[in-house]
Amino acid sequence: MIRIDSVTKRYPDGTVAVDRLSLEIPDRSITVLVGPSGCGKTTTLRMINRMVEPTEGAILLDGADVRQQPVNTLRRSMGYVIQNAGLFQHRTILDNIATVPRLLGWDKRRARARAAELMERVGLDSALAKRYPYQLSGGQQQRVGVARALAADPPVLLMDEPFSAVDPVVRKGLQDELLRIQGELGKTIVFVTHDIDEAIKLGTMVAVLRTGGRLAQYAPPAELLSAPADPFVEDFLGADRGIRRLSFFTSAGLELTSEPVVDVDATAEQIAAAAAAGTPYLLVTDRDGRPLGWSEPGELTAGAVDPDRLLSPGRPFEQGRDSLRAALDGAVLSPTGWAVAVDGTGKVSGVVSQAAVGEAIRAAHAEDRTDAKVAG
Amino acid sequence: MNRFFDLPSDLQHSWFGLIGLHLREALLPVLAGLLAALPIAQLCVRFRWLYPPVLGLTTVLYAIPSLAFFVVLIDYTGQTELTVMIPLAVYSLVVLVPAIVDGVRSVPQETLAAATAMGLGPVRRYLQVQLPIAVPAIIAGLRVATVSSISLVSVGMLIGNQGALGNLLNDANIYHRPELAVNSVLTTAVLAILADGALVLLRLLLTPWMPRRTGRPARVAEAARPDTATPADAAVPALEDAAR
Repeated sequence: MIRIDSVTKRYPDGTVAVDRLSLEIPDRSITVLVGPSGCGKTTTLRMINRMVEPTEGAILLDGADVRQQPVNTLRRSMGYVIQNAGLFQHRTILDNIATVPRLLGWDKRRARARAAELMERVGLDSALAKRYPYQLSGGQQQRVGVARALAADPPVLLMDEPFSAVDPVVRKGLQDELLRIQGELGKTIVFVTHDIDEAIKLGTMVAVLRTGGRLAQYAPPAELLSAPADPFVEDFLGADRGIRRLSFFTSAGLELTSEPVVDVDATAEQIAAAAAAGTPYLLVTDRDGRPLGWSEPGELTAGAVDPDRLLSPGRPFEQGRDSLRAALDGAVLSPTGWAVAVDGTGKVSGVVSQAAVGEAIRAAHAEDRTDAKVAG
Repeated sequence: MNRFFDLPSDLQHSWFGLIGLHLREALLPVLAGLLAALPIAQLCVRFRWLYPPVLGLTTVLYAIPSLAFFVVLIDYTGQTELTVMIPLAVYSLVVLVPAIVDGVRSVPQETLAAATAMGLGPVRRYLQVQLPIAVPAIIAGLRVATVSSISLVSVGMLIGNQGALGNLLNDANIYHRPELAVNSVLTTAVLAILADGALVLLRLLLTPWMPRRTGRPARVAEAARPDTATPADAAVPALEDAAR
């Protein structure tokens, strides 16, 4: 465990970057430091590996002050990933990744074998091993940065806005990849970002810092969204925190109905039976049960369904795996106001109305409050 | 044409002998300049306030005419090659110090921070990260210093015929043999061009990590190609470079 104990960083000109900050960073989980620029989040991170020395207070790693061991030994025991990757442009990808093992005295062959193994782990094609950084895309460079940090298998990983310089699509991929790698390796990760969405997606615990280096709130992301400590945190979370909070509620409890669902080959009787359910639209599926689109019952003729004339089914959600946020999103996007639920294979398992999703949200909130009371 | 290479005996050297002498008198000062410039530049990078005065000083030294330098030095080093080479070494600093400072400063902040965070101490950071990344800038400086040094050696003629190929100019005058002057100028120019080409080649050999073509499309094309770069690939940009 990393314990940040009442740490202050004051610069000679009097600026206070971090102000009496105390945090307990649990092992084997991702702790995110988030806040606007000038909130001291990077300074805090850099105090953990002593790239910045605190003016007051101490940082304890498994109970021992980080100042007790030689600085370079400490740093080699912590992986570090930086914005723009910070790769050594004059070394090949393989040699970049092998940097810390080489510093630790591994022989070249073993360090390179380890580097090759890590390239695979972070999803890099082995054909890139002999390339130089300029030949890689930003996303690939960042993967190399992560591999390089993991090379000596350090228990701690410090990540300083690692994904903020890549485009949103690549960023999402890198975030998912980090979560996957973390699932396999279980490192103690301290992650700095200014992006609250990234913090909520990645963090087991999220520390929100305010300008001047003071802790505003330290909580798991769901709690942050449901109970922001003060107006600053609430404002920082943004206008749609209610919607985003739905990400933490499962869609498993949604009551689906499959009555208004027919397949393209449905007979006149089947269409009539589905229409009898009383819903304004029917969902048409293909022969494998995948959603094709919505249609008013009167527009459907048995044996002559034209898929091109159907209304888009919107974005289906997978019940149980996706959250209520995805279900609500599906219902809002759907032209009919009904969301389509599918199973793991993409087959329609039922449909649900906006009203029913709303009901589930109210129920989830009520349950959450009860839990909070019990926990309190 | 046979008179062209028929050098007067007072030079005490064949044409090739003069070339060897010329190269020694021109290149040793650049080498000495480089060895002096490296620590000076590192101090300038480390202590930022030092850079402007150092830059000013090297410029002032460069402004001293070589003749004035010779007059001062002759008391100590006599009419020797050393008297010619010392000013040349000092002159090279005006190019080399800023080249190295700019090169070392061109290392991106993230790269330096990453190096520090991985536990590279200051010496390793300098030798393994800053210096290699500064190589293109340093060689760019060396090219200018080398070419100017090769042309400046000729002045050494004025202190007891220590000007190597420059001595031919004097002989051309005394013996009324203009072809010796042409020989001197052409040979010096060819030496300068060859030395410059050698440095370009050295840069290409030392920096396989540099983008060979500018612009993003090239980078994508590089990344898409499965095989690694072949020597033939390296030769093409070398020609392009030479053409510039």
